[in-house]
Amino acid sequence: IILKLSKSDIALKQKMNRVVLLLGFFLHMATAQHLPVPPIPYGYGDLEPYIDTETMKVHHLGHHASYTHQLNQALQSMRDDPATKHLAKMGIDELLHHLKEVPEQYIHTIRNAGGGYINHDLWWKSLSPWGGIEPGDSSITIQERRFSAAVEKNFDSFDNFKKLFEKAAASVFVSGWTFLFYDKKEKAMEITNMTGHDTPAHDPQKVPLLLLDMWEHAYYLKYKNHRSDYVAAFWKIVDWTEVSTRYAYASEEVEPEPIPSYEQREKQRVGMIPVDTSAEAMKEL
Amino acid sequence: MQLARSTLSTAKQSNAWNKFQKLSFSVATLPSLPYGYKDLEPYISGEIMEIHHSKHHNAYITNLNAAMKNLQKAEAESDLSTIIKLQVAIKFNGGGHLNHSIFWKNLAPTSSGGGVLNEGVLKEKIESKFGSLEKLKDELSASSVAIQGSGWGWLAYDKVNKNLSIATTSNQDPLEATTGLVPLLGIDVWEHAYYLQYKNVRPSYTKEIFNVVNWKDVQERLIAAMKS
Repeated sequence: IILKLSKSDIALKQKMNRVVLLLGFFLHMATAQHLPVPPIPYGYGDLEPYIDTETMKVHHLGHHASYTHQLNQALQSMRDDPATKHLAKMGIDELLHHLKEVPEQYIHTIRNAGGGYINHDLWWKSLSPWGGIEPGDSSITIQERRFSAAVEKNFDSFDNFKKLFEKAAASVFVSGWTFLFYDKKEKAMEITNMTGHDTPAHDPQKVPLLLLDMWEHAYYLKYKNHRSDYVAAFWKIVDWTEVSTRYAYASEEVEPEPIPSYEQREKQRVGMIPVDTSAEAMKEL
Repeated sequence: MQLARSTLSTAKQSNAWNKFQKLSFSVATLPSLPYGYKDLEPYISGEIMEIHHSKHHNAYITNLNAAMKNLQKAEAESDLSTIIKLQVAIKFNGGGHLNHSIFWKNLAPTSSGGGVLNEGVLKEKIESKFGSLEKLKDELSASSVAIQGSGWGWLAYDKVNKNLSIATTSNQDPLEATTGLVPLLGIDVWEHAYYLQYKNVRPSYTKEIFNVVNWKDVQERLIAAMKS
């Protein structure tokens, strides 16, 4: 006896098939870990006149997006490969600690595109329209005060640190980055240059605090070959609150306070927030 | 050099000085372009050509001359440590000078025959090795696009296999010094070579540049390489 399905049964079956397909799709997407292009925490035009809108757009939507896409493709291949599945499941930060285990057909892409993905994410977050206010004894947050003291301890003075950082950046002749990082083992800050999209964070003991993109695409549209002008402009937009917060977490020297609100930061930028020279702030040191 | 000269007195020392002078590196100078800055438009903009030639290539030359001067001093003082330390700067800036000197000649305005490959030994070798000029363009473009960071794509002559080959170098590494292959045509894929016009779309640049490739120059280099 052949059971003939009625029309309504068939419709129900079709509906159920669709539901199953949709569920499967969402399940796949949820577990697929396709990394999005990390967003910039401000508008493309917000770093003018130091970094031009066009550079921001091409840099983010062209270069950063391309690294993200390449990384996703490599991760997908690694996920499908039973030998490398466990590596693909690590976050990209963790994967960069395990580069030695990545097989030859993926290593180039993971290192370049993965590094590019991470470095640019850190880069956007290291800059701010409210940046450029150097940390010191009278900074609003405790982490900035501590960071300022730490910079003085490691480099004699904040100005000297900037000079050394600039010198390092000036000596990057090929595509690369200049980093300030914290070495958890040495309990010290260091400046170093990396070529390509390498990062000191390949070593889990090293935590990047600040970085400067010296690839030509980072500055060429506006600054052309005038690299020192670009580096000078960079100082005007560095988000020292963010950098100091990274330092606080890396050094575990102090629990960082929340980053001030947009309102507070805007007031600070236009000079409306009084600088805290009270005993309270000085007592920290 | 002045100091050395003033302390020379005997004829014997004078001969040594003459020998030394012949051995010393003659100061590098910026070669002039065989065309105007704007003449490669619309394929490479005048703005790029001007900055690329008068700023970037010029900087390599300035830094090369400085490094060579320091090298001579270090050699005179037998300061081996400094001699070794200077190698990086000489390779980078010297390579930059060599590479760009080839590059300017590799290009020509369309009005002077840029982009046209005539019959000859180069065309024969291209067709036998790659199948067609179009296939060579595709392969050389793809290799150049694939370079991570800064470097050059090359059509080269392999003296060992006596045939054309495609190669890439990173940064300003000069092809012949680092691989033995003879450079015939170079495509500069440092971002400064195309960014102002093509932004991040490197594949467009490596496709369009063939409109201004001076195949006559490439053939001359091939013929010279085949003879040597």
